[in-house]
Amino acid sequence: MDATTRSRALLLAPALFILTVAASGPLLIVFVYSFLTPGDYGGVVWDFSTQAWFNVIAERDFFTEELGWADAHLAVFWRSIKLSLLTALLSFLVGFPTAYFIATRPRRSRDMWMLLIMIPFWTNLLIRTFAIMELIRNEGTINTVLIAMGLVTAPVQMLYTEFSLLVGMTYVYLPLMILPIYASMERFDFRLVEAGYDLYASRWQVLRRIIFPLVKPGVIAGSILVFVPCLGAYVTPRVLGGGKQIMLGNLIELQFGQLRNWPLGAALSLTLLVIVMVALLIYVRAAGGEEARHG
Amino acid sequence: MIDIREVTKVFGAGSDAFRALDRVSVTIRQNEFFTLLGPSGCGKTTLLRMIAGFEGPTEGTILLDGDDLAGKPPYERPVNTVFQSYALFPHMSVAENVGFGLRMLGRPKDEIAATVREMLALVRMSELAERQTAQISGGQQQRVALARALAPRPKVLLLDEPLSALDFKLRKEMQLELKRLQNETGITFVFVTHDQEEALTMSDRIAVMNAGRIRQIGVPREIYDHPADRFVADFIGDTNFLSAELTARTGDTATLRLPSGRTVEARAQGDGTPGKVTLAVRPEHAELAPPEEGALTGTLTEVVYSGTDTHYHVALDQEAGLFVLRRQNRPDAGPAHQRGDRVGIRLGAVAGQVLRD
Ligand SMILES: Nc1ncnc2c1ncn2[C@@H]1O[C@H](COP(=O)(O)OP(=O)(O)OP(=O)(O)O)[C@@H](O)[C@H]1O
Ligand SMILES: [Mg+2]
Repeated sequence: MDATTRSRALLLAPALFILTVAASGPLLIVFVYSFLTPGDYGGVVWDFSTQAWFNVIAERDFFTEELGWADAHLAVFWRSIKLSLLTALLSFLVGFPTAYFIATRPRRSRDMWMLLIMIPFWTNLLIRTFAIMELIRNEGTINTVLIAMGLVTAPVQMLYTEFSLLVGMTYVYLPLMILPIYASMERFDFRLVEAGYDLYASRWQVLRRIIFPLVKPGVIAGSILVFVPCLGAYVTPRVLGGGKQIMLGNLIELQFGQLRNWPLGAALSLTLLVIVMVALLIYVRAAGGEEARHG
Repeated sequence: MIDIREVTKVFGAGSDAFRALDRVSVTIRQNEFFTLLGPSGCGKTTLLRMIAGFEGPTEGTILLDGDDLAGKPPYERPVNTVFQSYALFPHMSVAENVGFGLRMLGRPKDEIAATVREMLALVRMSELAERQTAQISGGQQQRVALARALAPRPKVLLLDEPLSALDFKLRKEMQLELKRLQNETGITFVFVTHDQEEALTMSDRIAVMNAGRIRQIGVPREIYDHPADRFVADFIGDTNFLSAELTARTGDTATLRLPSGRTVEARAQGDGTPGKVTLAVRPEHAELAPPEEGALTGTLTEVVYSGTDTHYHVALDQEAGLFVLRRQNRPDAGPAHQRGDRVGIRLGAVAGQVLRD
């Protein structure tokens, strides 16, 4: 082993350590737990069982012993995926124009705008979530104003609905959409926009055929950065969903907490991981295919 | 016909305000090859951008075939641009770039395909049609930019130094190609360059600009032979400036007395009152002579051989500065001169152009 190989091995050591011990280790434990039997007061009993995996999607009726779908779980899966997709979409609809606006400001003021975007992101998640709650609850700011203006007679129920989750998560994760789009746009050569206008492209066509294709890598990165943490979101659905609109993160927490079914919690966690991977694969495929068609 | 009337463009405001164009007026005719010529930063690109619609004039109006263009966005003007920076779309192939304008105009697919093929053949880029624009050379990019701007057959084609990245031979070819295109298509060309030779060979008319103003507009011959002022005389070709005194004038011919005491005749326009003037003499309009025969005398300080010509630099006796002459190298050329020789300079029957200071 010569000097360079040795120093390279030394340099790699911390990364390898973190990968094996800190990432793979817990994952392995979760994997093993998902094939064990739940203990009576939480924890696991070391008896091999596939019951947890079975319970992820199916259940036996308590009285009739009839086999059926685990409707409660499936509803949570569906809600999580649906809300994560909608959050990514909404973040894009809000984030793309925002990033465009910032990227077209004079160079000096761009950093200031980005700072304004980032400040909420650095604020404690709970505080931000409670701020949203304050805005949308029945006695909150929005309803008070609406009633005062006479637009509605009774408060509009927004809190504890899927709508509140959507708004809350979009607010929380918006910077993760803006940042990569802005990074792409900053590298975008705006002289191409003039070339487009010169060649009879309208504003919309310039946006669709010139700007969008060239900042698409940023949009893809932003969508992934928003979609993935949304799938596993815990705090936002907990506070704004009020236990009625639970998502995957809350379901998993329930298994490890109140319901004392650690193997099921482990199996659900791994299911979440698989959903994320499959979603990423589909997305990257679709985006890459689009690229290839243009290329 | 493009009618530019009293157009002024001011960038910035307050103490930062910068007057990029100052009361520019010019009429560019149908199917004319019109060149804007001037040093870097004189406002050529700014004027083109206002015709294209990327920039609005601070004052003044621009008319295209009688219609005021004010407020019309670029995509509603039948004007296309070959950009100084090419501005090719990096996510499209060469062919897609060329077809972009026609696609935006909603032309049928087969028409687009046919026009793209035709345009690529015109700029000799047919083999590279499917390449990405990042994979072609600077000169090739320039030709794609040209094809892309020509494809929609605009009324006016604006070209911002479109040949600057080409090598000498290709550049000459493209110059001829551009002239041919302009003749065949009936498109009005507004061409920007800071290469005076290119301007002189290609243009129907030239506008010489400096510091946001048009100094002279005319056909190439007029600009070269009758420069309106010292800037134009200096910018177009090489010029020797001599101080002289105007003593009399009849028609376009003025009689001048040089510091050497000799009297010569030169062309003069405008103001004909006697007084101090500058005489501009082209290097090829004077020749070396024995000292006693020259209108001017001096000492040869440099002989520079440059293939087709030889340049002689003469330090004048009568005034400070060098006088440069150019003589074509021919086998039967006169006696060879050497550095340090005492020489005279014989001026032509019409010595040069009189400029007012
Ligand atoms: N957007 C702008 N803001 C401020 N000043 C500008 C702007 N655009 C151009 N200018 C200034 O206006 C002047 C004319 O610029 P322009 O680009 O028209 O020059 P040009 O004649 O095309 O020069 P070149 O031959 O170098 O391309 C320059 O001094 C330039 O700095
Ligand atoms: Mg320019």
